[in-house]
Amino acid sequence: MVKRIDAYEKVTGKAIYADDLKFDRMCYAAPLHSEYASAKILDIDTSRALAFKGVIEVITADDVPGSIRVGGLVPDQYVLSDREVRFYGDVVALVVAESAEIARKALSLIKVDYKPLKPILSPQDGLNAKPVHDFQKNNVVEHFKVRHGDTKKGYKACESIVEEDFETQFIEHSYMEPESCIAIPNPDGSVTVHGGMQHPFTTRRYTAKATGLPLAKVQIIQTTLGGGFGGRDDTIAVICARAAILALKVNRPVKITYTRDESMRESYKRHPFFTKYKAGIDKNGKFKAMDVDFLADAGPYCAVSPFVIWRPTVQCTGPYIVPNVRCDSRAVYTNNTPTGAMRGFGTPQQVFANESFVDICAEKAGMDPLKFRKLNFFRQGVTTHTEQKFDKHKVSIEEVTDKALKEIDWKKKFKICSRGKPDKYDYLFGIGFATSYRGVSLGAEGNDFCSALVNIQPDASILLEVGVSENGQGLKTAMVRILAGELGVEDERIHFIDTDTSSIPDGGPTVASRGTLVGGNAVVDAAKGIRKMMRPVLKELIGASKKQYLYKSGKIKNPDTKKSVSFEKAVLACHNKKMYLHALGTFSGPDVGWDETRGRGNAYFTYVYACQACELTVNAKTGKVKVGKVVAAHEVGKSINPQMSVGQIFGGIVMGLGFALTEQVRHKDGIIQDVNFNTYKIPRSIDAPEMTAILVENPDPAGPWGAKSLGEPTNELMGAAVANAIYYATGVRFKKTPITSDDIKKAICSK
Amino acid sequence: MTKVVKKVQLNGVEKMVEASPESRLLDVIRLELNLTGTKEGCGEGECGACSILINDTLINSCLVLFGQLNDGDKILTVEGLGDAKHLTSLQECFITEGGTQCGMCTPGMLIAAHALLIKNPKPTREEIAEALAGNLCRCTGYKKIIDSVEKAAKIMRGES
Ligand code: FES
Ligand code: FES
Repeated sequence: MVKRIDAYEKVTGKAIYADDLKFDRMCYAAPLHSEYASAKILDIDTSRALAFKGVIEVITADDVPGSIRVGGLVPDQYVLSDREVRFYGDVVALVVAESAEIARKALSLIKVDYKPLKPILSPQDGLNAKPVHDFQKNNVVEHFKVRHGDTKKGYKACESIVEEDFETQFIEHSYMEPESCIAIPNPDGSVTVHGGMQHPFTTRRYTAKATGLPLAKVQIIQTTLGGGFGGRDDTIAVICARAAILALKVNRPVKITYTRDESMRESYKRHPFFTKYKAGIDKNGKFKAMDVDFLADAGPYCAVSPFVIWRPTVQCTGPYIVPNVRCDSRAVYTNNTPTGAMRGFGTPQQVFANESFVDICAEKAGMDPLKFRKLNFFRQGVTTHTEQKFDKHKVSIEEVTDKALKEIDWKKKFKICSRGKPDKYDYLFGIGFATSYRGVSLGAEGNDFCSALVNIQPDASILLEVGVSENGQGLKTAMVRILAGELGVEDERIHFIDTDTSSIPDGGPTVASRGTLVGGNAVVDAAKGIRKMMRPVLKELIGASKKQYLYKSGKIKNPDTKKSVSFEKAVLACHNKKMYLHALGTFSGPDVGWDETRGRGNAYFTYVYACQACELTVNAKTGKVKVGKVVAAHEVGKSINPQMSVGQIFGGIVMGLGFALTEQVRHKDGIIQDVNFNTYKIPRSIDAPEMTAILVENPDPAGPWGAKSLGEPTNELMGAAVANAIYYATGVRFKKTPITSDDIKKAICSK
Repeated sequence: MTKVVKKVQLNGVEKMVEASPESRLLDVIRLELNLTGTKEGCGEGECGACSILINDTLINSCLVLFGQLNDGDKILTVEGLGDAKHLTSLQECFITEGGTQCGMCTPGMLIAAHALLIKNPKPTREEIAEALAGNLCRCTGYKKIIDSVEKAAKIMRGES
C-alpha cells in the first residue's frame, strides 16, 4: 500500500490551508456583491464606510491599476464592476479593515445607486437578447459542430426513430474550503499571493493583468487545497487579484476569506445543459443516424465554456458506432451565475442524456439495454464519428461493462425490477447502468505541456517540483511514487514542493484529469536527465556498460559486471566532482488536431472507458430513493496508487448521486437561491451506498508507466445509471436532473 | 464589547482565555488560541468542519459563543488527539485506510468519530454513518472514512 504523503499533517490538524496563515500587520478584506442580476451602476458612495472605525480603505473599479477585465479565453470578467453588474455575485467594492468582522459590517455603509435592467434568464432567451457584453455581436459564446456522413440518408434506412429532450441543473462544486488568499506586498514592488487554487498560473496571469505588474513580479504560492473539482480557477484567481491590488494599495498583507454564502453566490457552477437527442435505429437494432443539440448556460462570463461544450461535442454519440452524425453545441451568455469547469467538463450533462437515451432506444428496439449496447459499442480499430481511428490504445468498453455488470449481478436483478408495481411494503426496486468513453487530458482544446524539476542534494535527498498542482486528489503522492520508482529509491527520500510560480514553468491547468499523465511523464523525463548526468561517474564507480544501469532498492547496478553502488554514494561522488544533479523534465502531448468546420480529427491522444451500475429502491408513497449498491469499473491504463484510485472512484460516485438526486442551485429572476448547505443538499454519510470499485488495467503507451487518468470519469455516470434504475423501478422516465423525491412522488401519483 | 476571561481545560491543559463573549467559539479557537486545525466550512451548523468536543459532547463551534462557555469546561480540538509522538488509533487508521483526501473535513470527522467511540466502542457501520451524518465530505464518498473508524474501533478493542 502506498500512503498519501500528506496524510499525517491532515489527521493532526497541522496542514496549512490559506485561511490558517497569519502575517504581521495583516488586515482583512470583504466583498460587496451586486444587488441585481443585471443593472447599470449610476453611483457608488463609499464615504460612510471609509469613516467607519477600523476601516483602512475601500476600493471600487476606479482603483484597479491595471486592466479592469481579465479572462482566459475572452477577457470579459471584471475585476470589479465598473458601469454595470452582470450577475448577482459581481463584486462592486471591497472594504479592507483591521478585522474581517469590521470589514463585513462596513459593507452595509456603502451606497450604490443602480438602474435595474431586464436580466437574461436562460440560454434560449440569450439567443435573441441584446448582448450581455457590448463588445460582442451576440450572446453565443461558442458554437461547435460535428458533421459526419449524411443523417437524412441515415434515417431513411431506419426501422424506428427516437427523439428525446433532457435537462440538467446548476451544480455547486462544494469544495469544503471556501475561497481564501493572502496577498503580501514586497519591498521591491513585487507581490506574493498565498492561496488555495487549482492553477496558480491562471492566478498569476490575472493578478499581473489587474495590478499592471509583469508576470515576473507576481509570485503565487499554492497552499493546501480543501477540494477543487474544477471549481478553483477563475473565481479564486480574481479574488487573488483583488487581494493583490489592496495589498499594494495599503502596503500591508491583506487576507480575503469568503464565507460559504459569499463563495456560493460568486463562484462559478457546472453548466446547465438543454440537450436534444434524435436517433435512427435499423431493424437489427443498430444506430444508423444521430442528431444531437447541446445548449449550455454560460452565465455572463466565458471562462472555459468553449472547452466545456467541446468535450461533449466530441463524445456526443457515447461509445457507440453511428455512421451518420450531426451535432451542434452552443454556450450562451446569460445573467445567471457564471459557469465553468467542473469535474467532468460537460460530460455529466451529456452522459446523463446520452445514456438515458440509449436505454430508451433499446426498449424501442425491443432489446435489453445490455444487448443493445453490445450491438452498437465501439470496437478495436473503429473509426469514430469524429473520424479518429482507435488503434493506438485498447478499446475496453465491453470489458468494463461486463466486469461491472457481473459484479452487481445485473442479469438476475434486471429481471426482478418492479417496473411500477410496488411490493407489499410499498417499495419499488430497480437496477440501471451507464457507460462512457472519455478523451484523456486537454486534447485539441489546449496546449498539453508540463514540466518537472528534480534536484538532488549532496546527502541524496531529493526535491521535486511539478508544473501541475495538488488538488487534494493525491497528485503529490503519485508524482513522488513515479520518481522513486524511476530512481529506485524509497518514497521518503523525496520532498515534494508545492507549486511556486516563480520557480517552475507553467504546466497548464490540473484539469481534465490530466495531472498524473502530463505531470508523471515530465517526472519520468526529468529522471532520465538525472540518470544521464550520473552515467560518467557511474562508469568510474561500477564500470562501463552499453546498457542502462539499473536503479533499484537504493542501489545502482551495472547489468554486465553486476557491480553495484548505493544511490547515496553515487550521488556524493557526483557532488564531489562538482556535478550538480539537477534536471528539468518536460512533456508535450502527442499530436492532436481538430477541424472546427466539420468537427473531425484526433481530438484526444488516448481514451479511458467506464461503466457504473447501481441498484436502488423507491418508496412508492414518499418518492424517496435509497441507492443501495453501486459497482464501478474503470479502465485506468495503470493505477500508480490503487488505494487513491479507488478513493477517487468512491468520491466521484457519491458526488454523482448528488447530481442525480438532490443537488440544484436554483435562480429566481437571476438571483441565486441556494447559498449554503441548508438548502443545497450534498450527500451525507448516511446517503452513501455500498460501493465496489474495479480497476481495469490496460497500460497505455502514452502514459507514465502506462497510467492514464481517473478523476473525472468517476463523476459522469451516476446521473444516467440512477435515472435508468428509477425507470425500471417506477416505470417513469425522468429526463431532468435532479430527480427529487417530490418529482417522483408527483409522477407516480399521476400515473 | 468588553472582553471576559474564562478558565478552561483546553486539550488537557488548563488555560485562561480572554475574548469577547460575543465572539464565535470557532474564531476564538482559530484566531486567539491559534489552533487552526478546527475549520470553517459553512458557518451555519451544516458541515461539521468546526466540530469540537465540550465536556465530551460533540458541538459545532461556529454556533457557540465564547460567552456561553462555563469555567472549567473541557474542550477538545483535533490538536488534542494523540500527542506529538503518538497518533491515536483513529488518526492512524485515517492514514492507512484512506480516510483523508483534501483533508478539510478530516479534523471534524476525527472529532465526531472520537465522540462516537467514547460512547460506543463497538459501533456498526450504520451507527458510524449516523454519528458522522453532521459532517460533510465532498472528496471521499464517506466509505473510506467509515472503514477508518471501523478499523480504529477494532484496534482499540484489541481485536486487530
Ligand atoms: S462551520 Fe460549523 S458546521 Fe460548518
Ligand atoms: S477529504 Fe475533502 S472534504 Fe473530506
